[in-house]
Amino acid sequence: MSAALVAEVLSWAFLMAGSVFLLIGGLGLIRLPDFYTRIHAAGITDTMGAWLILIGLMFSAGWTLISVKLVMLLFFLAVTSPLASHALAKAAFLRGLEPMLGRGLEIEGDDD
Amino acid sequence: MIAQFGVATAAILVCMAMTLIRSIAGPTVFDRVLAVNSFGTKTVLLIAVYGFLSGRPDFLDLALVYALMNFIGTIAVMKFSRFGDLAGMEEDEEEIL
Repeated sequence: MSAALVAEVLSWAFLMAGSVFLLIGGLGLIRLPDFYTRIHAAGITDTMGAWLILIGLMFSAGWTLISVKLVMLLFFLAVTSPLASHALAKAAFLRGLEPMLGRGLEIEGDDD
Repeated sequence: MIAQFGVATAAILVCMAMTLIRSIAGPTVFDRVLAVNSFGTKTVLLIAVYGFLSGRPDFLDLALVYALMNFIGTIAVMKFSRFGDLAGMEEDEEEIL
C-alpha cells in the first residue's frame, strides 16, 4: 500500500465519521426537549463533527500550507466554541431560564 | 478523490437545514442564538470542504475570519442579552455577577 492510498483511506474515514457526528448533532438540535440539552447537541457538532472533518481535510491536503491553515482553524474552533457555549448557558441561567428536571430530580424544598 | 468531499458537503447542508429549523422554531431567544452560533460553525466547515470539493482550497482564510467573527458575534449578543447594553457594564456589576 502506498502512502497516498493510506492518506486517501484515512481521509474517507475521518470525513464520513465527521458527517455522521454532524447529522447526530443536527437531529439532537431538533429533537431534544430543553434548551440545556440542546447545548449538548450543538456541542457534538462543534467538537467531534468539526474536528473529524478538519482532520480528514488535513489527511487529504498533506504537508502543505493548507494544513497549517487547517490547524489554525481547528485551534480557533477548539478555543471559541466551548467559550461561546459557556457564555450562552450562563446568560440563560442568569436570566431565569429553568432547566427541565426529570422525575426524582426535583430541587430540595421545591416539591410542595 | 472528489467523492468524499461531496458526501461531507451534503451532510453539512442537511445539518444546516436542521439548525435553521431550530433557529426559526426556537421558543426562547437563547435557542435562536445557540442555533445561529452552530450555523456559523457549520458555515466554516462548509467553506473549508467546498474549497477542497472545487479543487481550489484557497478559501481557508475566509473560513478563519468567519470563525472569529462568529465567536465575536455570539459574545456580543450574549452581552446584550445579559446586560441590556453593549457599551459597558454599570456599577452594579458585582450584583449581577
